[in-house]
Amino acid sequence: MPVPILKQGEVLIASIQAALTDHDLLQLKDELADKIGRFRSRGVIIDVTALDVMDSFATRTLRGIAATARLRGAQAVVVGIQPDVAIAIVQLGLTLQGVATALDLEEGFEMLRRSMVKDGPQ
Amino acid sequence: MTEQMRVAVSRDADIVTARQLGRELATKAGFSGSDLTLIATAISEVARNIISYADNGEILLGLAARDGRRGVFVVAQDDGPGIPDIDQAMLDGFSTGKSLGLGLPGARRLMDEFEIESEVGRGTTITMRKWCR
Repeated sequence: MPVPILKQGEVLIASIQAALTDHDLLQLKDELADKIGRFRSRGVIIDVTALDVMDSFATRTLRGIAATARLRGAQAVVVGIQPDVAIAIVQLGLTLQGVATALDLEEGFEMLRRSMVKDGPQ
Repeated sequence: MTEQMRVAVSRDADIVTARQLGRELATKAGFSGSDLTLIATAISEVARNIISYADNGEILLGLAARDGRRGVFVVAQDDGPGIPDIDQAMLDGFSTGKSLGLGLPGARRLMDEFEIESEVGRGTTITMRKWCR
């Protein structure tokens, strides 16, 4: 199931609704890279609240999405990692090093807002 | 305690199916909370290993009982190329190039028991168990 990508101002929100296949995740990466350019977005929020599993592939792909967004001039924030999922990621031996994270959508917006004020054109 | 399920694994959507059925079964076995997520994640890793290296195979999921304890077992089988050096494959960060190399050693850390049998040219069987706390 493809992930809907919403645009709110300078921010794109990828709102994951259900379990994702590997293909869905790779498609999300391509679509975000494209839409960042099309909408001249400066921030991307990936909401993973609905994911009950983040395995090594999902974790690696999210790191790839964040790195790709950065190269396209946008800052990515992953929000909504569930407590059990966080425990499983750590036990797998994985990290989301280099990826900004926030508790939920609201915190993610706040994080992006602050960083845009700091870095952005006046 | 004979309930078991078989999931054919040949495309990425089957990984999702296998881990969702595994979570349901683990719930029936009496697991809760983060253990359910650990089991589902381990299933995801061994299922992906089938797709990455053997193209297709199957996952067998079932309830386990031993010494009065309840748990679940997961068997991932394929008749793919096999693993020439299992010790090497179980090292963190070792990969023949299709992944980060954290899948199998990661899955072992998520479960209580992890056995791997493999014969080059014949295939690989991974058996994992986790017991209720």
